[in-house]
Amino acid sequence: MKELLKSNLVIMVIFAVIVLTAPAWLTPIGAGYPDILQKFAIFGLFAIGFNILFGLTGYLSFGHAAFLGVGSYTAVWSFKLLTMNVLPAIIFSTLMAGVFALVIGFISLRRSGIYFSILTLAFAQMSYSLAYSVLTPITNGETGLQLTLADPRVVDGMMGIPVTDSLPTTNLFGLAMSGYSGFYFCAVLLIVGFYVSLKIFRSPYGMKLRAIKSNQTRMKYTGFNTRPYLLSAFVISGMFAGLAGALMAATDPLAGAERMQWTASGEVVLMTILGGMGTLIGPLLGVGIIKYFENIFSALNESALHEVFSFLPGWLEEVMVWISHHFVGEGWHLTLGTLFMLVVIFLPGGVMEGITRLSAYLKSKFKGSDEITSEKVSEDAS
Amino acid sequence: MDEILLQILNGLDKGGAYALIALGLTLTFGTLGVVNFAHGALFMLGAFCAVSVQQVLTISKRVKDESITFFDAYKETPYLELWWGDTGAMIIDYAVPISIFVAIPIMLLIGVAIERGLIKHFYKRTHAEQILVTFGLAIVLQEIVKSLFGANPIPTPAPDIVSGSAAIGSMLGLSDALVYPWWRMIYLMFAAVVIFGVFAFLRFTTFGMVVRAGMADRETVGLLGINVQKRFTIVFGLATVVAGLAGVMYTPILPPDYHIGMDFLVLSFVVVVVGGMGSLEGAVLAGFLLGILQSFASMNEVKSILPGIDQIIIYLVAVVVLLVRPRGLLGREGVMED
Repeated sequence: MKELLKSNLVIMVIFAVIVLTAPAWLTPIGAGYPDILQKFAIFGLFAIGFNILFGLTGYLSFGHAAFLGVGSYTAVWSFKLLTMNVLPAIIFSTLMAGVFALVIGFISLRRSGIYFSILTLAFAQMSYSLAYSVLTPITNGETGLQLTLADPRVVDGMMGIPVTDSLPTTNLFGLAMSGYSGFYFCAVLLIVGFYVSLKIFRSPYGMKLRAIKSNQTRMKYTGFNTRPYLLSAFVISGMFAGLAGALMAATDPLAGAERMQWTASGEVVLMTILGGMGTLIGPLLGVGIIKYFENIFSALNESALHEVFSFLPGWLEEVMVWISHHFVGEGWHLTLGTLFMLVVIFLPGGVMEGITRLSAYLKSKFKGSDEITSEKVSEDAS
Repeated sequence: MDEILLQILNGLDKGGAYALIALGLTLTFGTLGVVNFAHGALFMLGAFCAVSVQQVLTISKRVKDESITFFDAYKETPYLELWWGDTGAMIIDYAVPISIFVAIPIMLLIGVAIERGLIKHFYKRTHAEQILVTFGLAIVLQEIVKSLFGANPIPTPAPDIVSGSAAIGSMLGLSDALVYPWWRMIYLMFAAVVIFGVFAFLRFTTFGMVVRAGMADRETVGLLGINVQKRFTIVFGLATVVAGLAGVMYTPILPPDYHIGMDFLVLSFVVVVVGGMGSLEGAVLAGFLLGILQSFASMNEVKSILPGIDQIIIYLVAVVVLLVRPRGLLGREGVMED
């Protein structure tokens, strides 16, 4: 039974069912509308890809937002020049991000540790600054790249799609990319992305990446060239980021340079850590938690807080509202920063480690045999 | 010739800021072995020390404006001016220099609190975890400042007497067109004094000797029975104060907002890496070098040949240095060679 549960097919079926029914089971907790569902799926892809690099090899890249930005720009250009169909857009974006990742990775991976982090950071900042300044003809600078009525859209023209007075919308062979259909499109890609990640995790290739993380020097001593493996992992995770960027542009055809800023890279690091780096579903949990609470917390204001704390006596209510109003609305990032620190300090393995510890604790409670559980913990943690 | 001199001068004050921040950063790294992503936030806290001193000094009372006689008009007059007249006005004028003295104890306190409360527990953790937790700390500090002071830059002017520009061109017998703001010159000298102060402290005191020994070989120093922990705390406090002072003095040059620290952090990390991780001299040298380079890159003549070079020159240099000289310019052998 346990073996069966762990097979790829079963995991994929369960995962697909969970993702595709998300609108239904997320509605009761107030996250069942297309906008946030799309965000879950898009950032989920981004985090899954990031986890392939960071989680498996331990190389902490602070420049992944650059690939996201490249993906977005490519997608919008595909909408402008070729067609409003999203399929070519996501293919081009993923490839383009892959090329970028190949170049940046080839150079950055000559170093490791903190130097690698700083190299990727430097490249991301370079792309960001250039997108803002010199590359304005391509990126439209501060305004961001947008669709206009004057765009050629060559392929759409050839297909005989009539030109209207209003801006065309993105679609997949006529299926609109906004609302629920947009979410299902992202969801299908998320499932595909998850499958790729699952395959990598369970392949000899994934094992090699993990070996690099645990002791690269020893790998090299045994005559193993680690560079190609690192570079391919870097490119794969860059392509995931490009795909996520393309989906962002597909659901909302706009690309801005701020997507490439290093704080955006920080966000994906944060999601991965919060969920649990190096685990399959950890990054997705992190994305879910952060995006969900971002949604809830940024919408709260002082009057809503008064309602929340209204069960308390008057003065205590005032105090609680005063304290908590710094953490909601505009102050959401304060909550995020605090949460992040707490996780890194107390639960370096993220939510997934928390779950493992909790289940181990429960098991020991019911079985009462410490020996087995301690073995189990070390096995799960590794 | 004048143009070149001017660009060098322009680069020096920015370089001074880079050098000061990088100095603290590399000091923390070299002694404590901690990669501190919150160091930029400490710079920002220093800048906001100056802002709050200014705001405290200008707490105002609404008084009737005597100069308008048609109707009852009121104006805001700071209490200090009401009490002490011109002396009070002068104190307000000198808000930024005064904040230096306020900032030193405050920053020291903040630094010690951060080291005792947080960094202490991260000596044994990996660099990635140190980066992450200090990154979180930076977000928290930044957001607290944002909720206290708002999101807009707050102008904090230098004292009137030094608000103009010095005609150094005519002083040196060069073209009259060569002028340089007084405050930037002061900043440069201030940076030089602080840097020399730190170096002297590390070179000529017993404490400094222990710290330098600790940078070379932490384990042995600990084995010699020296309380390394206590010194770490002080070193971290010192780095915080240096970053804070750099921030205080920078406010007249650039009105601080809550993310000024992040902007400087990335650059100063690059500076540290270019100079060589854990090398104090390297950090200072690289700081000034990159400042000057950046200022040359923003000359119109250069920009017309290589558009956008001013935006990326620092990162470009960092990439090249990291690849060609893995240890940075003055990095020591065996320190963080990954």
